[in-house]
Amino acid sequence: MIDMTGKFEPQILGFLCNWCSYAGADLAGTSRTQYSPNLRVIRVMCSGRVDPTFVLAALKSGADGVLIAGCHPPSDCHYLTGNLKARRRYHLLLKLLDQLGIERERVRLEWVSASEGEKFARIVDEFTEQIRALGPNRLKSS
Amino acid sequence: MSQTKLKLAIGLGATCSGCDMAIIDLAEKLTDVFNAVDIVFWPTASDQKLKEFEQLSDGSVDLGFYHGSIANEENKEIAQLLRKKTKALISFGACACHGGVPGLANLTTTKELFETVYKTPSTVNPDSRQPQSKTTIGGYSLQLPKKFDTVQCLHECVDVDYYLPGCPPEVPLLEKVIEAILTGKLPKKGETLAPNRILCDECPRKREEKKIPKIYRIQQISPDQEKCLLDQGVICLGPSTRMGCGAKCLEVNMPCRGCMGPTSKALDQGAKMIASLGSILGLEGEELMSEEEVKQLIDQVKDPLGLFYMFTLPASILKRRNMIQK
Amino acid sequence: MSEQPRIGIYLCHCGTNIAGVIDIKRLLAYVEKLPNVAVARDYTYMCSDPGQQLIRKDINENKVNRVVVAACSPTLHEPTFRKVLEEEGLSPYFFEMANVREQDTWVHMKNPEEALEIAKDTIRMSVARASRLEELRPKEVKVGRRALVIGGGISGISAALDLANAGFTVYMVEKSPTIGGRMAQLDKTFPTMDCSSCILTPKMVSVSRHPNVKLFTYAEVKDVQGFIGNFKVKVLQKPKYVDEKKCTSCTECAKICPVEVPDEFNANLSWRKAIYIPFPQAVPPSYVLDEENCLGLTPLACGKCKDVCDPSAIDYDQRAKEIELDVDTIIVATGYDPYNPLNDQEYNYGLFQNVVTSLEMERMLNASGPTSGKVVRPSDLEEPKRVAYVQCVGSRNERTNLYCSRVCCMYAVKQARQLKEKHPEIEVRIFYTDIRAFGKGFEEFYEKAARDYGVLFTRGRVAEILEDAKGRNLIVRAEDTLLGTPLEVETDLVVLSVGITPSIDANEIRKILKIPAGPDGFFSEAHPKLRPVDTVVDGVLIAGTAAGPKDIPDAVAQAKAAASGAASLMAPGVYVVEPYYATIDDTICGGCGTCVLLCPFRAISMEEKRAKINEALCKGCGACASACPAGAIKTNHFTDEQVMAQVEQAVAR
Repeated sequence: MIDMTGKFEPQILGFLCNWCSYAGADLAGTSRTQYSPNLRVIRVMCSGRVDPTFVLAALKSGADGVLIAGCHPPSDCHYLTGNLKARRRYHLLLKLLDQLGIERERVRLEWVSASEGEKFARIVDEFTEQIRALGPNRLKSS
Repeated sequence: MSQTKLKLAIGLGATCSGCDMAIIDLAEKLTDVFNAVDIVFWPTASDQKLKEFEQLSDGSVDLGFYHGSIANEENKEIAQLLRKKTKALISFGACACHGGVPGLANLTTTKELFETVYKTPSTVNPDSRQPQSKTTIGGYSLQLPKKFDTVQCLHECVDVDYYLPGCPPEVPLLEKVIEAILTGKLPKKGETLAPNRILCDECPRKREEKKIPKIYRIQQISPDQEKCLLDQGVICLGPSTRMGCGAKCLEVNMPCRGCMGPTSKALDQGAKMIASLGSILGLEGEELMSEEEVKQLIDQVKDPLGLFYMFTLPASILKRRNMIQK
Repeated sequence: MSEQPRIGIYLCHCGTNIAGVIDIKRLLAYVEKLPNVAVARDYTYMCSDPGQQLIRKDINENKVNRVVVAACSPTLHEPTFRKVLEEEGLSPYFFEMANVREQDTWVHMKNPEEALEIAKDTIRMSVARASRLEELRPKEVKVGRRALVIGGGISGISAALDLANAGFTVYMVEKSPTIGGRMAQLDKTFPTMDCSSCILTPKMVSVSRHPNVKLFTYAEVKDVQGFIGNFKVKVLQKPKYVDEKKCTSCTECAKICPVEVPDEFNANLSWRKAIYIPFPQAVPPSYVLDEENCLGLTPLACGKCKDVCDPSAIDYDQRAKEIELDVDTIIVATGYDPYNPLNDQEYNYGLFQNVVTSLEMERMLNASGPTSGKVVRPSDLEEPKRVAYVQCVGSRNERTNLYCSRVCCMYAVKQARQLKEKHPEIEVRIFYTDIRAFGKGFEEFYEKAARDYGVLFTRGRVAEILEDAKGRNLIVRAEDTLLGTPLEVETDLVVLSVGITPSIDANEIRKILKIPAGPDGFFSEAHPKLRPVDTVVDGVLIAGTAAGPKDIPDAVAQAKAAASGAASLMAPGVYVVEPYYATIDDTICGGCGTCVLLCPFRAISMEEKRAKINEALCKGCGACASACPAGAIKTNHFTDEQVMAQVEQAVAR
């Protein structure tokens, strides 16, 4: 959204898996690591729960960027292999986004463990700036 | 005592008329239909003029079928007209329900389409003419319906009572629908007139555990007639598609292309295909794959959009390709 | 017919943690206008008793039937508030928590306006979700009193004894012919210098004699199906070709056997026969015929051992047996393998005869070992005058393993002391990175080694070991980092202090039990701090070095903890499962089979063209629900409708 100063403030929706990335985000909080206020979080139990339908719906509803965060492959996933499914779906989704004329940089898959609070904060910052450079999601205006 | 016949109007959008053929394919059953139904408008097979249809009072026609998608101004007008004149409107066939194959035009714009179509190596068009919506010839004004950039399904344009999917809806399904109509047993408004279950239920092939190591196109292998095509590595949309067509494509060794659209629980057929295929592709040994190997694995799917949204792009969440250039 | 949701929103100030950044009044004004909100309140500490009381009162007065608390992270207080709902008669799953602290005020401390916007959005999303929550109740599974212990080392033995003494039935499955594990190979144990066998063997005997323990040795777990309270285990009992009950350990069979193979128990420093007993105190005290190295059983090539067996204990007709066990809990104590330094080019282990591993040294030090307690150089069987230890072999190294193996510092010091005790005049030098002497009595033990026994300590990683081809002495190249000079030291014997790596079967066990392991292969605990013996699979616990490098006291402590954990699961007789499982809509499922194989917990099966989910096995990860191309699978508490509602409310209005 464009804020009052005319600057584009990216709105990013994040799907965080309960065991690793959500805990990592919490760790950033307990460590008081500050980061850009551009993320809204939906907690799911596993990155494998993220249906590409959710990502498309998020883009349709106006999210400028979508972050999916899960446990490090190959063996950190609390449910053993959910993150591996997420990874394959993600790459297939990227191909679809290319064909749909949506910049593939708008959807990002990251691996954040429960101890990587700092990493999480840096990802949010970096992703926010990347989306800021890309500009607003044009689906909003089309 | 002769019962008053049901009045039926059939309107055409951007259609191939395969849906008209489907109705005609009812064959002998058509006599039953004609005994109970008066077709008051059917440009394909009947002689009533549009003007006559326009003059009927609103809501005086009991039932309307609209097949074809909404790709130009005329399609839209007919859709709105049909809605006005009918009590209940059935979205007939894949194009009306989901946009159909013409929906793939949503990958481009009218401008791009015309520039490509009217400028092929085999087209004689030295002045690079393109269709115009208005022109004057010999003092007469001619109009062509304006083509829309975005193809729409029927329900995006008018209120729809029922959906009958399929490209075209297969005869057995159509028979059931006619039966329901004639006996007044249509379900509640908004329902799809096909089972809310996926194709695999009526597919006769034997299914095994789903783990696809490699993808093949149907012509690259000698497919086993008895085994599930997906198990053999051929992408079949059966799992994400409604049943009701009798799995006829599978009987002739062709994978399902998804023309019946998804079940009511799957909001976006293409997204579901990505979810399911992404899960079962390379399932065995998934924990050993490197990032590079995953990319190579997924690269086997050459055209996810064309394959997974072949019939349902306009009905999907994103509906069309984003054309706005940076 | 579900009633209309009436949501109660409770904003927690959390002292100043939240209220110090967000203007609670403005937030309250916003949230009370959200759809389906019946009541909106705020309080300083919602988790406190008066805070909880606000919720209780509203539920009791029937003002609310759904509760949203905007406060800290749900990982902290979701159970707290769920309990409140449950105690007031409302399903605990009608509760939703909005994280406005860890993921809002604490990370945007200097941006109060943005923090407020985030809180508004988060609560709006939570309200949309809460409006669609369903009435779920936890499930109960019956749990009996039978435990399976996989692995008969000191950890497995400790766990088994505690459980057996508590009255539970214990099945112990050990893959080698005897229990005792690695501890049986040790000579003395640090820091007490207890004789390892002396403290181990009585426990081994206790296990074999215990009425509540059924021991399977030379057996392997091949398959485990089911879930807590209902594990179905398939054990492969390999044939020993010797009747355990008849064998008297008279040794005649071994004497006459013509086949010699390297003796694994003695770290391959000596020979054993094809028919052998791993060590004299083996439990069960029976010989075993090693089928792979025997000259042949079918057809019979030799047969000499049977001829000389007086009690007729040898039976060539034994066959492998599959045994099925029904158990309620499982403890995994599969132990470790010492790191194999064969591929470490700098040490030339395997090439230079006088470079040995610490385990080989341990066996030499042992009075019942291959050299009867004499420490010798393999090249000439002479006693060395100078011995050098190389620490951190296979540990703390990017090329091998990143972790520290925890025991090598102490065992090197221990062996050094033992060497010095036998021969005070020999030079023993330990090349170390750090000396990790962290345990009870460890520091004193180490200091005594240096001060009283004269063990030399050089701080510096060994870069290379060279050999003098004539005398087979070794030249150790290292840096003395404290002096800052490179060193070349000639020595007679080099001992590589090899680290601890997961047992070679660990991967198999992992796949069979579906428990995760870390990147280094050690089994993962459910929570590194608060749940050190549980795994994410309910009813499966881990203990000992299988869970990570550790010494004997820590292994025993963890094993006893695992026994206690297993007992806590079995004693109540029932186990409560969170209802986060998935269900299949039978009216939509067409039996495509996409879901079946992708479930890592094998919770899905196909029955008559319809997929079926075993609710007790399902963990609720949702991989199947998102994969289902028909949309026929729903995961409780994280349904498509609930998530989509959050998606739609996320982008600022």
